[in-house]
Amino acid sequence: MLVLDRVGKTYPNRVHALDGISLEVALGEIVVVIGGSGCGKSTMLRAISGLDTPTQGKVVLDGTVITAPHEQIGMVFQEPRLLPWLCVADNVGFGLGHYPAEERTERVASALDRVGLSEKARMWPRELSGGQAQRVAIARALVPRPEVLLLDEPFSALDAFTRADLQDHLLDLWADAKPTLVMVTHDVEEAIVLADRIVVMRPHPGRIYEEIGCDLPRPRDRQSAAFDFVKRRVLAALDRSLERTVVTDDGETKAAAGGGMWW
Amino acid sequence: MSVVSMAVTVEPAAAEQQPAGASLARWLRPALGLVLPVVLAAFWEFAVRMGWSNGRLVPPPSVIWNTFADLAASGELAQHALATLWRVACGFVLGVIAGTVAGAITGYSILTFRLLDPTLQGLRAVPSIAWVPLFILWFGIFEASKIILIAVGVFFPVYLGVMGAVLSVDRKIVEVGRVFRLSGFAMVRRILLPAVMPAYVISLRAGLGLGWMFVLAAEFLGASTGLGFLLIDGQQLGKPAQIVAAIVAFAILGKASDWLIVLVASPFLRWQDVVARR
Repeated sequence: MLVLDRVGKTYPNRVHALDGISLEVALGEIVVVIGGSGCGKSTMLRAISGLDTPTQGKVVLDGTVITAPHEQIGMVFQEPRLLPWLCVADNVGFGLGHYPAEERTERVASALDRVGLSEKARMWPRELSGGQAQRVAIARALVPRPEVLLLDEPFSALDAFTRADLQDHLLDLWADAKPTLVMVTHDVEEAIVLADRIVVMRPHPGRIYEEIGCDLPRPRDRQSAAFDFVKRRVLAALDRSLERTVVTDDGETKAAAGGGMWW
Repeated sequence: MSVVSMAVTVEPAAAEQQPAGASLARWLRPALGLVLPVVLAAFWEFAVRMGWSNGRLVPPPSVIWNTFADLAASGELAQHALATLWRVACGFVLGVIAGTVAGAITGYSILTFRLLDPTLQGLRAVPSIAWVPLFILWFGIFEASKIILIAVGVFFPVYLGVMGAVLSVDRKIVEVGRVFRLSGFAMVRRILLPAVMPAYVISLRAGLGLGWMFVLAAEFLGASTGLGFLLIDGQQLGKPAQIVAAIVAFAILGKASDWLIVLVASPFLRWQDVVARR
Protein backbone atom coordinates (compact mmCIF):
# COMPACT_ATOMS: atom_id res chain seq x y z
CA MET A 1 0.00 0.00 0.00
CA LEU A 2 1.20 3.49 -0.81
CA VAL A 3 0.66 6.05 1.92
CA LEU A 4 1.27 9.78 1.84
CA ASP A 5 1.44 11.00 5.42
CA ARG A 6 0.92 14.78 5.66
CA VAL A 7 3.37 15.38 2.84
CA GLY A 8 4.39 19.00 2.36
CA LYS A 9 6.93 20.68 0.12
CA THR A 10 8.32 24.16 0.51
CA TYR A 11 10.96 25.20 -1.98
CA PRO A 12 14.11 27.13 -0.96
CA ASN A 13 12.62 30.24 -2.54
CA ARG A 14 9.82 29.88 0.04
CA VAL A 15 7.19 28.79 -2.44
CA HIS A 16 4.81 26.58 -0.48
CA ALA A 17 3.91 24.03 -3.13
CA LEU A 18 2.28 21.27 -1.07
CA ASP A 19 0.61 21.28 2.30
CA GLY A 20 -0.51 18.37 4.40
CA ILE A 21 -1.25 15.85 1.64
CA SER A 22 -2.55 12.63 3.12
CA LEU A 23 -3.57 9.86 0.81
CA GLU A 24 -3.78 6.09 0.92
CA VAL A 25 -3.62 4.12 -2.29
CA ALA A 26 -4.41 0.43 -2.21
CA LEU A 27 -2.48 -2.13 -4.22
CA GLY A 28 -3.67 -2.27 -7.80
CA GLU A 29 -5.79 0.85 -7.50
CA ILE A 30 -5.82 3.52 -10.19
CA VAL A 31 -5.78 7.01 -8.72
CA VAL A 32 -5.88 10.03 -11.00
CA VAL A 33 -4.97 13.44 -9.65
CA ILE A 34 -6.44 16.48 -11.29
CA GLY A 35 -6.38 20.15 -10.38
CA GLY A 36 -5.77 23.73 -11.46
CA SER A 37 -2.26 24.82 -12.40
CA GLY A 38 -0.03 25.42 -9.43
CA CYS A 39 -1.88 22.91 -7.28
CA GLY A 40 1.26 20.89 -6.76
CA LYS A 41 0.17 17.68 -8.50
CA SER A 42 3.49 17.20 -10.28
CA THR A 43 5.34 18.11 -7.08
CA MET A 44 3.37 15.43 -5.28
CA LEU A 45 4.19 12.87 -7.94
CA ARG A 46 7.88 13.69 -7.81
CA ALA A 47 7.80 13.33 -4.03
CA ILE A 48 6.25 9.86 -4.38
CA SER A 49 8.84 8.89 -6.98
CA GLY A 50 11.74 9.90 -4.75
CA LEU A 51 13.13 12.39 -7.26
CA ASP A 52 12.36 15.18 -4.79
CA THR A 53 12.04 14.76 -1.03
CA PRO A 54 9.17 16.31 0.92
CA THR A 55 10.07 19.00 3.43
CA GLN A 56 7.30 17.84 5.75
CA GLY A 57 5.69 14.45 6.21
CA LYS A 58 6.70 11.27 4.41
CA VAL A 59 5.82 8.88 1.64
CA VAL A 60 5.63 5.23 2.65
CA LEU A 61 5.43 2.22 0.35
CA ASP A 62 4.71 -1.10 2.07
CA GLY A 63 6.29 0.18 5.25
CA THR A 64 9.42 1.64 3.62
CA VAL A 65 9.89 5.39 3.67
CA ILE A 66 10.67 6.71 0.20
CA THR A 67 13.58 9.15 0.11
CA ALA A 68 15.10 8.27 -3.24
CA PRO A 69 13.97 6.48 -6.41
CA HIS A 70 12.82 2.99 -5.52
CA GLU A 71 12.98 -0.30 -7.34
CA GLN A 72 9.22 -0.81 -7.09
CA ILE A 73 8.27 2.65 -8.33
CA GLY A 74 8.39 3.36 -12.04
CA MET A 75 7.72 6.69 -13.72
CA VAL A 76 6.50 7.95 -17.07
CA PHE A 77 7.00 11.64 -17.82
CA GLN A 78 5.16 14.08 -20.04
CA GLU A 79 7.87 13.76 -22.68
CA PRO A 80 8.90 10.22 -23.64
CA ARG A 81 12.52 10.96 -22.59
CA LEU A 82 13.93 8.09 -24.60
CA LEU A 83 17.71 7.87 -24.73
CA PRO A 84 18.49 8.99 -28.26
CA TRP A 85 21.64 6.88 -28.61
CA LEU A 86 19.86 3.60 -27.91
CA CYS A 87 17.52 1.81 -30.28
CA VAL A 88 13.94 1.17 -29.17
CA ALA A 89 14.66 -2.31 -27.82
CA ASP A 90 17.64 -1.10 -25.78
CA ASN A 91 15.55 1.74 -24.42
CA VAL A 92 12.84 -0.64 -23.28
CA GLY A 93 15.42 -2.86 -21.62
CA PHE A 94 17.22 0.04 -19.94
CA GLY A 95 15.98 -0.77 -16.46
CA LEU A 96 17.02 -4.41 -16.74
CA GLY A 97 20.75 -3.75 -16.98
CA HIS A 98 21.61 -6.18 -14.22
CA TYR A 99 19.47 -9.03 -15.55
CA PRO A 100 20.94 -11.94 -17.55
CA ALA A 101 20.90 -11.20 -21.27
CA GLU A 102 18.45 -13.95 -22.19
CA GLU A 103 15.77 -12.88 -19.76
CA ARG A 104 16.23 -9.28 -20.75
CA THR A 105 15.78 -9.99 -24.47
CA GLU A 106 12.75 -12.10 -23.79
CA ARG A 107 11.07 -9.51 -21.55
CA VAL A 108 11.84 -6.69 -23.96
CA ALA A 109 10.46 -8.64 -26.90
CA SER A 110 7.25 -9.44 -25.09
CA ALA A 111 6.86 -5.83 -23.88
CA LEU A 112 7.36 -4.48 -27.40
CA ASP A 113 4.84 -6.97 -28.69
CA ARG A 114 2.41 -5.85 -26.00
CA VAL A 115 2.63 -2.21 -27.09
CA GLY A 116 2.48 -3.15 -30.77
CA LEU A 117 5.96 -1.94 -31.70
CA SER A 118 7.83 -5.18 -32.40
CA GLU A 119 8.76 -4.15 -35.93
CA LYS A 120 10.32 -0.96 -34.58
CA ALA A 121 12.65 -2.73 -32.16
CA ARG A 122 15.87 -1.72 -33.92
CA MET A 123 14.84 1.80 -34.88
CA TRP A 124 16.18 5.00 -33.37
CA PRO A 125 13.95 7.13 -31.11
CA ARG A 126 14.20 9.99 -33.58
CA GLU A 127 12.32 7.86 -36.11
CA LEU A 128 9.23 7.43 -33.90
CA SER A 129 6.10 9.54 -33.73
CA GLY A 130 5.07 11.11 -30.42
CA GLY A 131 2.55 8.40 -29.62
CA GLN A 132 4.96 5.61 -30.48
CA ALA A 133 7.69 7.15 -28.37
CA GLN A 134 5.36 7.44 -25.40
CA ARG A 135 4.34 3.79 -25.82
CA VAL A 136 8.02 2.86 -25.69
CA ALA A 137 8.41 4.97 -22.55
CA ILE A 138 5.50 3.15 -20.90
CA ALA A 139 6.92 -0.22 -21.94
CA ARG A 140 10.27 0.82 -20.49
CA ALA A 141 8.68 1.73 -17.18
CA LEU A 142 6.62 -1.46 -16.96
CA VAL A 143 9.23 -3.97 -18.03
CA PRO A 144 10.89 -4.18 -14.57
CA ARG A 145 7.38 -4.97 -13.22
CA PRO A 146 7.21 -2.28 -10.56
CA GLU A 147 4.55 -2.33 -7.90
CA VAL A 148 3.67 1.31 -8.50
CA LEU A 149 3.66 3.25 -11.77
CA LEU A 150 3.58 7.03 -11.69
CA LEU A 151 2.51 8.97 -14.76
CA ASP A 152 2.97 12.72 -14.99
CA GLU A 153 0.56 14.00 -17.68
CA PRO A 154 1.83 11.30 -20.03
CA PHE A 155 -0.56 12.01 -22.88
CA SER A 156 -0.88 15.79 -22.71
CA ALA A 157 1.58 16.34 -25.55
CA LEU A 158 -0.41 14.12 -27.93
CA ASP A 159 -3.40 14.76 -30.17
CA ALA A 160 -6.88 13.71 -29.08
CA PHE A 161 -7.03 10.52 -31.17
CA THR A 162 -3.67 9.22 -30.01
CA ARG A 163 -4.54 10.16 -26.47
CA ALA A 164 -7.77 8.11 -26.46
CA ASP A 165 -5.86 5.25 -28.06
CA LEU A 166 -3.14 5.28 -25.44
CA GLN A 167 -5.64 5.54 -22.58
CA ASP A 168 -7.24 2.27 -23.70
CA HIS A 169 -3.79 0.84 -24.22
CA LEU A 170 -2.69 1.78 -20.72
CA LEU A 171 -5.70 0.05 -19.21
CA ASP A 172 -4.92 -3.01 -21.24
CA LEU A 173 -1.32 -3.04 -20.04
CA TRP A 174 -2.43 -2.39 -16.49
CA ALA A 175 -4.67 -5.47 -16.61
CA ASP A 176 -1.57 -7.68 -17.06
CA ALA A 177 0.06 -7.23 -13.67
CA LYS A 178 -2.32 -4.71 -12.07
CA PRO A 179 0.32 -2.33 -10.67
CA THR A 180 -0.85 0.60 -8.60
CA LEU A 181 -1.24 3.58 -10.92
CA VAL A 182 -0.99 7.18 -9.76
CA MET A 183 -1.49 9.53 -12.63
CA VAL A 184 -1.61 13.28 -13.00
CA THR A 185 -3.64 14.83 -15.77
CA HIS A 186 -5.55 17.94 -16.66
CA ASP A 187 -7.96 16.12 -18.95
CA VAL A 188 -11.16 15.38 -17.06
CA GLU A 189 -12.36 12.73 -19.50
CA GLU A 190 -9.05 10.94 -19.31
CA ALA A 191 -9.35 10.91 -15.52
CA ILE A 192 -12.81 9.35 -15.64
CA VAL A 193 -11.87 6.77 -18.28
CA LEU A 194 -8.99 5.51 -16.19
CA ALA A 195 -9.59 6.13 -12.49
CA ASP A 196 -10.96 4.11 -9.63
CA ARG A 197 -10.63 7.29 -7.65
CA ILE A 198 -10.25 10.89 -8.76
CA VAL A 199 -8.41 13.22 -6.42
CA VAL A 200 -9.15 16.88 -6.99
CA MET A 201 -6.45 19.21 -5.73
CA ARG A 202 -6.59 22.92 -5.14
CA PRO A 203 -3.69 25.38 -5.51
CA HIS A 204 -1.93 27.92 -3.28
CA PRO A 205 -0.81 25.90 -1.39
CA GLY A 206 -1.46 22.50 -2.95
CA ARG A 207 -4.02 20.53 -0.94
CA ILE A 208 -6.47 17.74 -1.62
CA TYR A 209 -9.87 19.29 -2.13
CA GLU A 210 -12.14 16.37 -2.84
CA GLU A 211 -11.98 12.68 -3.70
CA ILE A 212 -14.51 11.29 -6.14
CA GLY A 213 -14.86 7.56 -6.52
CA CYS A 214 -15.66 6.03 -9.87
CA ASP A 215 -16.70 2.41 -9.98
CA LEU A 216 -18.16 2.26 -13.47
CA PRO A 217 -17.43 -1.04 -15.15
CA ARG A 218 -14.57 -1.03 -17.63
CA PRO A 219 -14.30 -0.44 -20.56
CA ARG A 220 -16.02 2.86 -19.93
CA ASP A 221 -18.26 4.42 -22.53
CA ARG A 222 -17.39 8.10 -22.94
CA GLN A 223 -20.88 8.81 -24.26
CA SER A 224 -22.88 7.16 -21.46
CA ALA A 225 -25.02 9.07 -19.00
CA ALA A 226 -23.16 7.61 -16.03
CA PHE A 227 -19.89 8.87 -17.48
CA ASP A 228 -21.39 12.29 -18.01
CA PHE A 229 -22.65 12.35 -14.44
CA VAL A 230 -19.21 11.70 -13.01
CA LYS A 231 -17.80 14.27 -15.38
CA ARG A 232 -20.16 16.95 -14.10
CA ARG A 233 -19.26 16.08 -10.53
CA VAL A 234 -15.57 16.41 -11.27
CA LEU A 235 -15.96 19.67 -13.18
CA ALA A 236 -18.07 21.13 -10.39
CA ALA A 237 -15.49 20.09 -7.83
CA LEU A 238 -12.77 21.71 -9.93
CA ASP A 239 -14.68 24.93 -10.24
CA ARG A 240 -15.36 25.03 -6.54
CA SER A 241 -11.74 24.28 -5.78
CA LEU A 242 -10.73 27.27 -7.88
CA GLU A 243 -13.64 29.28 -6.52
CA ARG A 244 -15.00 29.86 -9.98
CA THR A 245 -18.71 30.61 -10.08
CA VAL A 246 -21.26 31.74 -12.62
CA VAL A 247 -24.54 33.52 -12.10
CA THR A 248 -27.38 31.78 -13.93
CA ASP A 249 -30.36 33.46 -15.61
CA ASP A 250 -32.43 32.88 -12.49
CA GLY A 251 -29.95 34.88 -10.47
CA GLU A 252 -28.51 31.98 -8.49
CA THR A 253 -24.77 31.56 -8.15
CA LYS A 254 -23.41 28.18 -8.96
CA ALA A 255 -20.15 26.55 -9.89
CA ALA A 256 -19.41 26.91 -13.59
CA ALA A 257 -19.50 23.40 -15.03
CA GLY A 258 -17.46 24.21 -18.12
CA GLY A 259 -16.43 22.03 -21.03
CA GLY A 260 -13.85 19.29 -21.15
CA MET A 261 -10.85 21.65 -21.42
CA TRP A 262 -11.34 23.84 -18.42
CA TRP A 263 -7.91 25.04 -17.43
CA MET B 1 -2.29 -9.21 -27.83
CA SER B 2 -2.20 -5.52 -28.53
CA VAL B 3 -5.44 -3.61 -28.85
CA VAL B 4 -3.87 -0.60 -30.48
CA SER B 5 -5.79 0.31 -33.58
CA MET B 6 -3.01 0.90 -36.04
CA ALA B 7 -5.30 2.74 -38.41
CA VAL B 8 -5.64 5.60 -35.95
CA THR B 9 -1.98 5.87 -35.03
CA VAL B 10 -0.14 8.42 -37.16
CA GLU B 11 2.91 6.76 -38.68
CA PRO B 12 5.97 8.87 -39.49
CA ALA B 13 7.41 8.72 -43.02
CA ALA B 14 9.34 5.52 -43.66
CA ALA B 15 12.75 5.94 -42.11
CA GLU B 16 15.11 8.13 -44.11
CA GLN B 17 13.45 8.42 -47.50
CA GLN B 18 16.36 8.69 -49.87
CA PRO B 19 15.98 11.34 -52.58
CA ALA B 20 15.96 10.08 -56.17
CA GLY B 21 19.41 9.24 -57.49
CA ALA B 22 20.83 8.92 -54.01
CA SER B 23 22.86 5.80 -54.81
CA LEU B 24 24.72 7.72 -57.49
CA ALA B 25 25.26 10.67 -55.18
CA ARG B 26 26.96 8.59 -52.49
CA TRP B 27 30.33 8.36 -54.21
CA LEU B 28 29.86 11.61 -56.04
CA ARG B 29 29.53 13.63 -52.83
CA PRO B 30 33.18 13.49 -51.72
CA ALA B 31 34.19 14.06 -55.35
CA LEU B 32 32.24 17.34 -55.28
CA GLY B 33 34.69 18.57 -52.63
CA LEU B 34 37.55 18.19 -55.09
CA VAL B 35 35.94 20.25 -57.82
CA LEU B 36 37.01 23.65 -56.49
CA PRO B 37 40.72 22.89 -55.87
CA VAL B 38 41.04 21.00 -59.16
CA VAL B 39 39.42 23.82 -61.13
CA LEU B 40 41.61 26.45 -59.47
CA ALA B 41 44.76 24.38 -60.04
CA ALA B 42 43.85 23.76 -63.67
CA PHE B 43 43.19 27.46 -64.19
CA TRP B 44 46.54 28.42 -62.65
CA GLU B 45 48.44 25.89 -64.75
CA PHE B 46 46.75 27.25 -67.81
CA ALA B 47 47.55 30.86 -66.82
CA VAL B 48 51.25 30.12 -66.38
CA ARG B 49 51.40 28.18 -69.68
CA MET B 50 49.80 31.14 -71.45
CA GLY B 51 52.42 33.44 -69.99
CA TRP B 52 49.99 35.56 -67.95
CA SER B 53 52.23 34.97 -64.91
CA ASN B 54 55.85 33.89 -64.74
CA GLY B 55 54.92 31.31 -62.15
CA ARG B 56 57.98 31.98 -60.01
CA LEU B 57 56.41 33.31 -56.85
CA VAL B 58 53.28 31.20 -57.18
CA PRO B 59 54.44 28.03 -58.91
CA PRO B 60 51.97 26.22 -61.18
CA PRO B 61 50.71 22.75 -60.22
CA SER B 62 53.13 21.03 -62.60
CA VAL B 63 56.16 22.50 -60.85
CA ILE B 64 54.74 21.68 -57.44
CA TRP B 65 54.09 18.14 -58.58
CA ASN B 66 57.70 17.82 -59.74
CA THR B 67 58.92 19.11 -56.37
CA PHE B 68 56.79 16.51 -54.66
CA ALA B 69 58.15 13.79 -56.89
CA ASP B 70 61.76 14.83 -56.20
CA LEU B 71 61.19 14.92 -52.46
CA ALA B 72 59.47 11.57 -52.54
CA ALA B 73 62.24 10.02 -54.58
CA SER B 74 64.96 11.22 -52.24
CA GLY B 75 62.98 9.94 -49.26
CA GLU B 76 62.86 13.43 -47.75
CA LEU B 77 59.10 13.71 -48.12
CA ALA B 78 58.49 10.58 -46.08
CA GLN B 79 61.09 11.60 -43.50
CA HIS B 80 59.69 15.07 -42.91
CA ALA B 81 56.04 14.09 -43.14
CA LEU B 82 56.54 11.30 -40.62
CA ALA B 83 58.44 13.58 -38.25
CA THR B 84 55.59 16.08 -38.25
CA LEU B 85 52.94 13.38 -38.05
CA TRP B 86 54.66 11.80 -35.08
CA ARG B 87 54.79 15.10 -33.20
CA VAL B 88 51.16 15.87 -33.90
CA ALA B 89 50.07 12.37 -32.87
CA CYS B 90 51.95 12.45 -29.55
CA GLY B 91 50.86 15.97 -28.73
CA PHE B 92 47.29 15.13 -29.69
CA VAL B 93 47.09 12.11 -27.41
CA LEU B 94 48.54 14.02 -24.46
CA GLY B 95 46.35 17.05 -25.02
CA VAL B 96 43.19 14.96 -25.43
CA ILE B 97 43.77 12.99 -22.23
CA ALA B 98 44.50 16.13 -20.21
CA GLY B 99 41.65 18.09 -21.78
CA THR B 100 39.10 15.29 -21.33
CA VAL B 101 39.94 14.74 -17.68
CA ALA B 102 40.02 18.46 -16.87
CA GLY B 103 36.83 19.18 -18.79
CA ALA B 104 34.95 16.26 -17.25
CA ILE B 105 35.89 17.23 -13.70
CA THR B 106 35.16 20.94 -14.07
CA GLY B 107 31.89 20.13 -15.82
CA TYR B 108 30.79 17.76 -13.10
CA SER B 109 31.98 19.56 -9.96
CA ILE B 110 31.18 23.20 -9.47
CA LEU B 111 33.91 23.64 -6.86
CA THR B 112 36.58 22.40 -9.24
CA PHE B 113 35.15 24.65 -11.91
CA ARG B 114 35.46 27.71 -9.71
CA LEU B 115 38.98 26.74 -8.71
CA LEU B 116 40.42 25.76 -12.06
CA ASP B 117 38.54 27.44 -14.86
CA PRO B 118 39.62 31.09 -14.38
CA THR B 119 43.28 30.07 -14.49
CA LEU B 120 42.79 27.83 -17.50
CA GLN B 121 40.88 30.52 -19.38
CA GLY B 122 43.73 32.92 -18.70
CA LEU B 123 46.26 30.45 -20.04
CA ARG B 124 44.10 29.85 -23.07
CA ALA B 125 44.42 33.48 -24.03
CA VAL B 126 48.20 33.19 -24.42
CA PRO B 127 49.09 32.91 -28.14
CA SER B 128 50.96 29.79 -29.22
CA ILE B 129 54.16 31.49 -30.28
CA ALA B 130 54.55 32.98 -26.81
CA TRP B 131 54.99 29.52 -25.30
CA VAL B 132 57.85 28.55 -27.62
CA PRO B 133 60.77 30.36 -25.92
CA LEU B 134 59.59 29.19 -22.50
CA PHE B 135 59.25 25.57 -23.52
CA ILE B 136 62.62 25.61 -25.26
CA LEU B 137 64.11 26.89 -22.04
CA TRP B 138 62.31 24.28 -19.92
CA PHE B 139 62.31 21.25 -22.21
CA GLY B 140 65.16 21.85 -24.66
CA ILE B 141 65.12 22.18 -28.41
CA PHE B 142 64.37 18.57 -29.30
CA GLU B 143 61.13 16.65 -29.45
CA ALA B 144 59.81 17.17 -25.89
CA SER B 145 59.24 20.90 -26.18
CA LYS B 146 57.50 20.53 -29.53
CA ILE B 147 55.19 17.76 -28.37
CA ILE B 148 54.26 19.65 -25.21
CA LEU B 149 53.54 22.77 -27.25
CA ILE B 150 51.19 20.77 -29.47
CA ALA B 151 49.58 19.20 -26.41
CA VAL B 152 48.90 22.68 -25.02
CA GLY B 153 47.27 23.64 -28.29
CA VAL B 154 45.07 20.55 -28.33
CA PHE B 155 44.18 20.81 -24.65
CA PHE B 156 42.06 23.95 -24.71
CA PRO B 157 39.43 23.14 -27.35
CA VAL B 158 39.02 19.65 -25.88
CA TYR B 159 38.73 21.04 -22.35
CA LEU B 160 36.15 23.63 -23.35
CA GLY B 161 34.21 21.15 -25.44
CA VAL B 162 34.04 18.45 -22.77
CA MET B 163 33.17 20.93 -20.03
CA GLY B 164 30.46 22.55 -22.10
CA ALA B 165 29.06 19.18 -23.11
CA VAL B 166 28.91 17.87 -19.53
CA LEU B 167 27.25 21.08 -18.33
CA SER B 168 24.59 20.94 -21.02
CA VAL B 169 23.51 17.31 -20.64
CA ASP B 170 19.72 17.32 -20.64
CA ARG B 171 18.44 17.22 -17.04
CA LYS B 172 15.40 15.28 -18.21
CA ILE B 173 17.56 12.44 -19.45
CA VAL B 174 19.59 12.48 -16.24
CA GLU B 175 16.31 12.11 -14.32
CA VAL B 176 15.55 8.96 -16.29
CA GLY B 177 18.87 7.64 -15.01
CA ARG B 178 17.90 8.63 -11.47
CA VAL B 179 14.50 6.95 -11.74
CA PHE B 180 16.30 3.74 -12.70
CA ARG B 181 18.62 4.24 -9.72
CA LEU B 182 21.89 4.30 -11.65
CA SER B 183 25.00 4.50 -9.47
CA GLY B 184 27.44 7.38 -10.04
CA PHE B 185 29.67 5.30 -12.29
CA ALA B 186 26.76 3.77 -14.20
CA MET B 187 25.25 7.25 -14.67
CA VAL B 188 28.49 8.44 -16.27
CA ARG B 189 28.94 5.35 -18.43
CA ARG B 190 25.34 4.85 -19.59
CA ILE B 191 24.05 8.41 -19.78
CA LEU B 192 26.65 11.18 -19.52
CA LEU B 193 29.26 9.67 -21.82
CA PRO B 194 26.94 8.88 -24.74
CA ALA B 195 25.18 12.21 -24.26
CA VAL B 196 28.40 14.22 -24.61
CA MET B 197 29.79 12.15 -27.49
CA PRO B 198 28.74 14.43 -30.40
CA ALA B 199 30.15 17.57 -28.78
CA TYR B 200 33.25 15.60 -27.75
CA VAL B 201 33.99 14.53 -31.31
CA ILE B 202 33.68 18.13 -32.48
CA SER B 203 36.08 19.26 -29.77
CA LEU B 204 38.53 16.54 -30.81
CA ARG B 205 38.47 17.80 -34.38
CA ALA B 206 38.97 21.38 -33.22
CA GLY B 207 41.87 20.23 -31.02
CA LEU B 208 43.45 18.38 -33.91
CA GLY B 209 43.20 21.47 -36.08
CA LEU B 210 45.00 23.51 -33.47
CA GLY B 211 47.55 20.75 -33.07
CA TRP B 212 48.49 21.13 -36.73
CA MET B 213 48.85 24.88 -36.25
CA PHE B 214 51.00 24.47 -33.17
CA VAL B 215 53.33 21.95 -34.82
CA LEU B 216 54.16 24.62 -37.36
CA ALA B 217 55.00 27.10 -34.62
CA ALA B 218 57.18 24.49 -32.97
CA GLU B 219 59.01 23.57 -36.16
CA PHE B 220 59.62 27.16 -37.17
CA LEU B 221 61.94 27.64 -34.27
CA GLY B 222 64.53 24.95 -33.86
CA ALA B 223 63.73 21.96 -36.02
CA SER B 224 65.83 20.03 -38.51
CA THR B 225 63.07 17.74 -39.68
CA GLY B 226 59.40 18.10 -40.40
CA LEU B 227 57.16 19.83 -42.89
CA GLY B 228 57.53 23.14 -41.05
CA PHE B 229 61.29 22.84 -41.40
CA LEU B 230 60.81 22.10 -45.10
CA LEU B 231 58.78 25.27 -45.38
CA ILE B 232 61.37 27.49 -43.72
CA ASP B 233 64.14 25.74 -45.66
CA GLY B 234 62.30 26.54 -48.86
CA GLN B 235 62.11 30.19 -47.85
CA GLN B 236 65.77 30.42 -46.91
CA LEU B 237 66.96 28.70 -50.07
CA GLY B 238 64.62 30.67 -52.31
CA LYS B 239 62.56 27.67 -53.39
CA PRO B 240 58.93 28.79 -53.49
CA ALA B 241 57.87 25.46 -54.98
CA GLN B 242 59.12 23.72 -51.85
CA ILE B 243 57.16 26.15 -49.67
CA VAL B 244 53.96 25.48 -51.55
CA ALA B 245 54.66 21.75 -51.57
CA ALA B 246 55.05 21.81 -47.79
CA ILE B 247 51.79 23.75 -47.45
CA VAL B 248 49.98 21.29 -49.70
CA ALA B 249 51.37 18.40 -47.65
CA PHE B 250 50.07 20.08 -44.48
CA ALA B 251 46.66 20.50 -46.03
CA ILE B 252 46.47 16.89 -47.19
CA LEU B 253 47.69 15.39 -43.93
CA GLY B 254 45.54 17.70 -41.84
CA LYS B 255 42.42 16.87 -43.83
CA ALA B 256 43.22 13.16 -43.78
CA SER B 257 43.66 13.10 -40.00
CA ASP B 258 40.39 14.99 -39.50
CA TRP B 259 38.62 12.58 -41.82
CA LEU B 260 40.06 9.71 -39.78
CA ILE B 261 38.42 11.06 -36.60
CA VAL B 262 35.09 11.43 -38.38
CA LEU B 263 35.37 7.89 -39.73
CA VAL B 264 36.20 6.33 -36.38
CA ALA B 265 33.49 8.29 -34.57
CA SER B 266 30.66 7.85 -37.05
CA PRO B 267 29.39 4.43 -35.82
CA PHE B 268 29.00 6.00 -32.38
CA LEU B 269 26.97 8.89 -33.74
CA ARG B 270 24.52 7.22 -36.09
CA TRP B 271 21.70 7.93 -33.66
CA GLN B 272 21.86 11.69 -34.04
CA ASP B 273 18.77 13.56 -35.10
CA VAL B 274 20.30 15.94 -37.64
CA VAL B 275 18.71 18.29 -40.12
CA ALA B 276 20.46 16.69 -43.09
CA ARG B 277 23.08 13.97 -43.44
CA ARG B 278 26.34 15.64 -44.54
